[in-house]
Amino acid sequence: MSAYNWNWAVIVSEPYVGWLLDGLAVTVMLALSSWAIALVLGTVIGLARTLPSAPLRWLATGYVELFRNIPVLVQMFLWFFVLPELLPREAGHWLKRDLPHPEFFSAMVCLGLYTASRVAEQVRSGITSVPPGLAAAARASGLSLAQTYRYVLVPLGFRIIVPPLTSEFLGIFKNTSIALTIGVMEITASSRQIESYTFQGYEAFAAATALYLLLALLLLFLTRRIEARTRIPGWIARSNT
Amino acid sequence: MIEIRDVSKWYGSFQVLKSCSVSVARGEVVVVCGPSGSGKSTLIKGVNGLEPCDEGEIVVDGLNVGVKADLRVLRTRVGMVFQNFELYPHLNVLDNICLAPMVVLKRKREEAEARARTLLGRVGLTDHALKFPAQLSGGQQQRVAIARSLAMDPVVMLFDEPTSALDPEMIKEVLDVMSDLARDGMTMIVVTHEMGFARRVADRIIFMDAGEIVEVRPPEAFFTAPESERARAFLSKILEH
Ligand SMILES: Nc1ncnc2c1ncn2[C@@H]1O[C@H](COP(=O)(O)OP(=O)(O)OP(=O)(O)O)[C@@H](O)[C@H]1O
Ligand SMILES: [Mg+2]
Repeated sequence: MSAYNWNWAVIVSEPYVGWLLDGLAVTVMLALSSWAIALVLGTVIGLARTLPSAPLRWLATGYVELFRNIPVLVQMFLWFFVLPELLPREAGHWLKRDLPHPEFFSAMVCLGLYTASRVAEQVRSGITSVPPGLAAAARASGLSLAQTYRYVLVPLGFRIIVPPLTSEFLGIFKNTSIALTIGVMEITASSRQIESYTFQGYEAFAAATALYLLLALLLLFLTRRIEARTRIPGWIARSNT
Repeated sequence: MIEIRDVSKWYGSFQVLKSCSVSVARGEVVVVCGPSGSGKSTLIKGVNGLEPCDEGEIVVDGLNVGVKADLRVLRTRVGMVFQNFELYPHLNVLDNICLAPMVVLKRKREEAEARARTLLGRVGLTDHALKFPAQLSGGQQQRVAIARSLAMDPVVMLFDEPTSALDPEMIKEVLDVMSDLARDGMTMIVVTHEMGFARRVADRIIFMDAGEIVEVRPPEAFFTAPESERARAFLSKILEH
């Protein structure tokens, strides 16, 4: 057994630095596209959980319980390996062969739908922590249920959940690393690749860690600005979380 | 103007309203009083359908509260002021007042704002149009809430203990606004423990106890010679202090 040969130059030399940057780009694209799905779907499902209609509530609750309780790693495998086999032959074929980067799209759908279940929980808790008298006042002045959501419950509910939502947003960046298990070349996968080519694993993972930290700092800065911008003068949210 | 006929309501097996009947004429001011839990809030929330009744019917200005299409129109003509003001915390004073006129009555912003400013003048808050609710005192918030209701040009105003959440020194400014309204001929139903206001402003007093309307009488008669033992007991309790 020989001593480890440190060589930090590896991570800034070609082609490895390119691999890291490509990994970073894939991580960012995967996180942002999954987040778009999570935010839209999670909002719809979270709002559905607060509606008067019981069947809609049950459906939405079913979704949340299903996706929240299966480990993400298992969901990743289900989407990538199992789904194409369950679909009709044609569609399965298309997913595996014709769709460019099937692993990327599987990971995007997987992380999007999983995070949607978590966003939905936040949205529900935000809406239910709006003091009920406000909705009563809106209804009493003639606003319909939909208008009450649009002008009162949603603007207030979302302001209440800006902090937990931003932490979900940060979380989706971390969860993108799970996509390496189905072959997505994001940051972590890239650094593993560098390790296996150069045997400089410590440097490669240090670089990956630094990139994640940098991302986190950048996002933290962005989300702080959003929090400051959505703050209501003098109002302290009576949040129940 | 307001017809309440044989209205009953239950929460589970507990009967909150027991066959209540009363009618209120145009321009009349009626004060509802009675012990805590007697059903006062439930009764006036029945008038705009916030608490639907199980039996009997309520008709306001020819519109039946129990009919969905009627209820929508009715709510635009019946204003309600709540104990806790229920101003929308994310909107400034002007937007609080303009929301329902713009969304429900489809008024243009300039028109709605012009009206809002007139009403703010009327409740003595001209200089506070751009403040947020949390930046105002309780008495100011309640006056904004009254202006907000008036912006819909209601034919009836309902007040549910509008001064109960206020510090003593702010009660008068709110009662003064209400007295002005009454003098201008507004039809009003007011739940309140302010017996001085009731004596001066009310045309009739409704006394409720345990879900029943026990007495409906002019204030002088009610205060000097209550008919029922229950009203006597209630009055001796609240006039003591
Ligand atoms: N949502 C509800 N579920 C069950 N019981 C209720 C509900 N709302 C009110 N009640 C009960 O109905 C009764 C009448 O309530 P209501 O609020 O109308 O009384 P109130 O006369 O306005 O009293 P207060 O002076 O305390 O405001 C009370 O005993 C109350 O506990
Ligand atoms: Mg009450």
